[in-house]
Amino acid sequence: MEKKYWQSFGELNKSEAFQESAENEFQEDLLPLEDLDGKGLLDAKSPRRDFLKYLGFSTAAATLAASCEMPVRHVVPYLQRPDDVVPGVSNFYASTYVNEGEAVPVLVKQRDGRPIKLEGNESSTLTYGGTSAQLQASILGLYDTTRLRYPMQKVGNDFKEVTTFAAFDKLVGDALNGLGGKPIVLLTSTINSPSTLQVIAEFLAKYPGSRHVQYDAVSYSGLILANEASYGKRAIPSYHFEKAKVIVSLGADFLGTWLNPVVFSAQYATNRRIVENKPTMSQHIQFESSLSLTGSNADDRFMHKPSEKAAVALALMAKLGGAVTAPAITDAALNKGIEKAAAALSANKGAALVVCGSNDVNLQVIVSAINEAIGANGTTVDLASTCNTKAGVDADMVRLVEEMNAGAIGGLFIHAANPVYTYHNAKRFVDGLSKVPLSVSFNATLDETAELCKYNIPTHHWLESWGDAEPVTGFISFQQPTINPLFKTRPFQTTLLKLAGNPSDYDTYFKAYWVAKAGSEDAYNTALQNGIIEPAAFATGGAGFNGAGVAASAGKLAGAKGGTYELVIYQKVSIGNGNYANNPWLQELPDPVTKVTWDNYAMMSPALAKTILDIDVQGNQRQGDSYEVHPEKPTITITANGKTIELPVLIIPGLHPSTVAVAVGYGRQSADKTKTAEHIGRSANGAGQNVYPLVGFDGTSFRYSAVAEIKKTGNTYALAQTQVHGSSESRPVIYEGSLAKFVSDPEHVLEEATHERNLLTAAAGGKDYVKDATLYPDYIKPGIKWGMSIDLNTCTGCSACVVACTAENNVAVVGKIQVAKYHEMHWLRIDRYFTGDHDNPDVVFQPMLCQHCDNAPCENVCPVAATNHNSEGINQMIYNRCIGTRYCGNNCPFKVRRFNWLDYTGADSFGDNQQPMIDGGYMNESVLQMNDELTRMVLNPDVTVRSRGVIEKCSFCVQRLQEAKLVAKKANDAAVVRNVKTACMQACPTHAISFGNVNDHESEVYKIRNVEQKHRNFYVLEQLHVLPNVSYLAKLKNTDRDVTNMKEEHHSEEAPKTAEKTHA
Amino acid sequence: MIRDTKSFNNILASLLFIALFSFTNTVFAADGEALFKANCSNCHKPLEDYTGPKLQGARKRAPNPDWSVKWVNNVNSMLETDAYAKSLLAKYGSRMTQFNLKEDEIVAILDYADAYKAPAAPVTAPGETQSKDDNSLLFGILTLILAIIALILLQVNSSLRKLSDEKEGIRRGEPVPFYRNKTYLMIGILVLFTLGGYMTINAAMGLGRMNGYQPEQPIYYSHKVHAGTNQISCLYCHGGAQDSKHANVPSVNVCMNCHMAIKEYKGDPIIKENGMQVNGTAEIQKLYNYAGWNPDTKKYDRPGKPIEWVKIHSLPDHVYFNHSQHVKVGKQNCQTCHGNIQEMPEVYQFSDLSMGWCVNCHRETKVDFYNKGTGEGNKFYSIYEKFHNDIQSGKLDSVTVEKIGGTECQKCHY
Repeated sequence: MEKKYWQSFGELNKSEAFQESAENEFQEDLLPLEDLDGKGLLDAKSPRRDFLKYLGFSTAAATLAASCEMPVRHVVPYLQRPDDVVPGVSNFYASTYVNEGEAVPVLVKQRDGRPIKLEGNESSTLTYGGTSAQLQASILGLYDTTRLRYPMQKVGNDFKEVTTFAAFDKLVGDALNGLGGKPIVLLTSTINSPSTLQVIAEFLAKYPGSRHVQYDAVSYSGLILANEASYGKRAIPSYHFEKAKVIVSLGADFLGTWLNPVVFSAQYATNRRIVENKPTMSQHIQFESSLSLTGSNADDRFMHKPSEKAAVALALMAKLGGAVTAPAITDAALNKGIEKAAAALSANKGAALVVCGSNDVNLQVIVSAINEAIGANGTTVDLASTCNTKAGVDADMVRLVEEMNAGAIGGLFIHAANPVYTYHNAKRFVDGLSKVPLSVSFNATLDETAELCKYNIPTHHWLESWGDAEPVTGFISFQQPTINPLFKTRPFQTTLLKLAGNPSDYDTYFKAYWVAKAGSEDAYNTALQNGIIEPAAFATGGAGFNGAGVAASAGKLAGAKGGTYELVIYQKVSIGNGNYANNPWLQELPDPVTKVTWDNYAMMSPALAKTILDIDVQGNQRQGDSYEVHPEKPTITITANGKTIELPVLIIPGLHPSTVAVAVGYGRQSADKTKTAEHIGRSANGAGQNVYPLVGFDGTSFRYSAVAEIKKTGNTYALAQTQVHGSSESRPVIYEGSLAKFVSDPEHVLEEATHERNLLTAAAGGKDYVKDATLYPDYIKPGIKWGMSIDLNTCTGCSACVVACTAENNVAVVGKIQVAKYHEMHWLRIDRYFTGDHDNPDVVFQPMLCQHCDNAPCENVCPVAATNHNSEGINQMIYNRCIGTRYCGNNCPFKVRRFNWLDYTGADSFGDNQQPMIDGGYMNESVLQMNDELTRMVLNPDVTVRSRGVIEKCSFCVQRLQEAKLVAKKANDAAVVRNVKTACMQACPTHAISFGNVNDHESEVYKIRNVEQKHRNFYVLEQLHVLPNVSYLAKLKNTDRDVTNMKEEHHSEEAPKTAEKTHA
Repeated sequence: MIRDTKSFNNILASLLFIALFSFTNTVFAADGEALFKANCSNCHKPLEDYTGPKLQGARKRAPNPDWSVKWVNNVNSMLETDAYAKSLLAKYGSRMTQFNLKEDEIVAILDYADAYKAPAAPVTAPGETQSKDDNSLLFGILTLILAIIALILLQVNSSLRKLSDEKEGIRRGEPVPFYRNKTYLMIGILVLFTLGGYMTINAAMGLGRMNGYQPEQPIYYSHKVHAGTNQISCLYCHGGAQDSKHANVPSVNVCMNCHMAIKEYKGDPIIKENGMQVNGTAEIQKLYNYAGWNPDTKKYDRPGKPIEWVKIHSLPDHVYFNHSQHVKVGKQNCQTCHGNIQEMPEVYQFSDLSMGWCVNCHRETKVDFYNKGTGEGNKFYSIYEKFHNDIQSGKLDSVTVEKIGGTECQKCHY
């Protein structure tokens, strides 16, 4: 019995509809000229005459377009060329990506004065150059057309420009003086910039009675307060996943969205990377109700009801010897899981870590107690260097809203926060805001909150600003501007300084602050150049544990009540808390787990779907198909905390059968609905529903799970999901094994692949599979042969690579309608496979990109040789030769070729052919967002923008390879091309991807394949003898379950048969 | 537009010129020439004083023969101490840049300057070029004559046949005149079709190719005056050519480096093709207007604005071309693609920049292949193990750009 890997229920059940859809990779029947298809030409609605009309028109138009007039082009050199700018050569500047509290050191690639790409700063010992999908996409925000372009004042219902900053300062200054002693409140998201905090302190000192409230859209208040109770520190400790041999997560999505995912991913990966001569890895056990990215990576995963989370924690504590009584848990699998976790934790005291994603103070107190019991305090839980990415305390915010309503607040300054959208009781906030005499927003766009404020003074984008951040105590990271401000914007710190009566602006203030701290201007300049100042090592240390509150907390938790159905509110890796909702790259990024783009939805298990919707995807093939094949999904209403929303249902295994999970960050909307596209953005407009109203408040903190009522509505809503596009049709593409088995028998994990390869070689009567098992000649690669290796063990599926690829290679955004038609353009996708238990499956992520096969099936079928092979092993795609037959895409076993069905980029010779497509409902308006003059500044000038009618695919970042070769030739040194970084590789927070010259035996990728990791190295679909240049390393799980691909009895008799079949 | 014949003349003349030159110079002097052009020619001329003194006889004028060699690398310190150095500064008014050249390099430069002779006026060889042109004309005329003779012979043949038929009493139909003869018409149509097709396709391929394109520029800038007469190194203004994909049109501040001092045009009269004389001084004044420079007060007293030059060499968007690859790595002369730019009063596009033209060059040009034995050549190419073995075993005598993938699509299209 072969182990099965499946992406959809159709694939699992081998249904007819699935087969049909898999064969029809390019969904042609959905095209504008659909009536031409299938029937005879004469029966079609567009008969011969129309055809002739089209023919005549296109010939005439082509003639016109290719008219002999050549446009006169100008070349305008600088008046005074800056010393360090050579047009055509990129410069890199160290800076820091800041998104609310999150801060990641980066290098900004600046070309001809424009930032065009972000890379991680490799000298950071927090991130080691890692990035995230949001970080990669945030550069697009700089060129966002919805950014406010000047300071504004509300006059009537509209905003009027305030022409100078001085006038603005006077207006607001006068208003401040007229408040009559009522306090001023500065409402921001978490700020961990030392210089900004000092500016704020100066401002607050000038206006006595005023205060600073930090408010996080998705709150960590429970964790912060629990640490105060347990350790006397109102802060979040740094977690050291790299020191943990056992990691138990109670619903914390630390690889995706929890606190500091880029840092945690880097730490996590250090213990997941296999060193073949001494294989060890950490053990990761996840308890959760929904299926998160982190849960997908766990070695063992157990499901529970959301309301049972406390019971799980208490049971764990009791098992570890804690003096608490745990409520009874009836689920046998879950009990076994708790025992397993407890055993693993107590066996690894001092090298174990428990984290919890809950915002319940009591629960977090228990988790602190567990960490204390397993010796984590001072080892894996570090209170000496705190994690400063979140600092908001919910009660402060609630108190502020109440005071606003009571008319007790004089002025409200809002920076980088959008409570009208994110606050659970938005109406209360809006009412309060109307009672505040002076409201000023520093937000970059006219978002839900800014449009209700009286004054708007947009702050710079982070790529235009000076700044600093201290995400972990002692680890400073600097921002420096990489472009002149595009609009009339001003750092919000400068405004505060002016209002505080300080004449200097923030740029000068910042410099003075750090020159003083660094000691000299030289030291300051060095720090800016490096981008970071770091201590020599983590000042790891514990803090005295105060267990006084544990019993009380346990008592409160024991009384938790559940319901039949329960709701879990989570963040998606792409959209996060919603401030990136207008980023088309992130909207189009498929969610790693569900593979849905452009929307949020209600996730539920097949079992719950059967109860609620009467759809049995697992047992009833017909029902499964009708649910799965059509984008239209049935919707449900979810009622929790007294609010109701309607969302489409996404059925997915791995959720507890009582649970419905929905993501925040969608449903952005202006007060006047029709203005949403203009003010918040075309990509955010109409994407999903706002779930924040369903968040509850328990008197101390916001709660992201609740008892819910669920009802079927009878309506449907289309979801654009990519998971079933480009199926490998159940061919074996993944190899997996358990760590223990790998230690005892390293050959075992790839035994099947090796066996099959040997059979094929023997059948061909040869010795070397590469050379002998084929009719094709073996072409040598005389100099360089590029190759990539991807480690499935460290790939977490976080999708940073996908966005990095999009940014590097000018990959088009196609919009929801087109994604639903299988027309997404991503050159690199991450395939998500389920395997094992149908209700609680194991998940494997596999980045899939053009494999650059040396015997590429696509090359042989191109009638115009638009795709062919070069002497460095790259499968080349030449756009201007391509005539769009798509034979190559049909013949590609990996399904990685993408066709430009419509003019997504506006690069077509005929302008203005997008609007009719939008009007006709074939394309979303969001496509235009990427075609704006301003947004186009983000394009990489070294890569062609593809036009309609051509195929495209991964090029191995050939522009980077060419550049590396040029550098090598100039430097007279071949070692430069040994290890070159592709965009995906550079973005990866866990360094799962390696790339380089395989012909060079010193290169990383050669060593991985032939020396360091040869027992895990495999090629996808190797038996087809396409000879890919991308190899993968098999995934290992640190579990005692059997996760190998083949059951033991299989290959004695059955294997030859399989081989024969493949051969025939 | 410049006609083909004219550009041909230019090539021929420059070839002759280069040939003459290379015969009169020794090997090390040629080395000195390159060094001179790269380092000195912006401020020095061999035969006349410029920003700095003329270099010919510099060693004789100096206090001792070694002085000049020492001077080049120690300008800053010698200006403090050395009397002769101080006198030079007093006379020419500008400090020389301090270099870091090897002694033999300095000697080579000075040797080159000493051996330098004013170039003879470019030799035009009308006879030769004429005869080349005549050939095609000759062939054309010959073809035409032969065609006419063939036609006449055919007519004669048919008349004779008619006569003999009449004599033998064979009756034939009224003879058809040749212009209604179906065979002739068929041949005529075929010829026209072939010719027409050939010309159409050629014209279609030529669409968008702009060789000969010579637009009017906002300032009449003569490369002949700058790069030809004054011998300014191309890289002085187009430094991007060795660092970047773009050669880069120089920014206005680069022009002003020299034109702060050079206010008037005093060279040979510049005559445009339409016979009008160009007022060089007025053109320099235009530059001052762009720069915002007041030549009288020697100050920038107005806001400047960048010059909008008309772009001549344009490649389609789907082509990636990198100047530094060709100039720095491939060590190509600018003239290879841009023609004899130092002879061009106003620049025109010399090559058609077509793909065939690129590919042909890549097929023929040899790379600076690394020789493991001698250690010569670019070490980057040491990775081409197979070619090394082939060279060693004598299978291959050199490696062309094509051999290392220089004609593969994704070298230029991505």
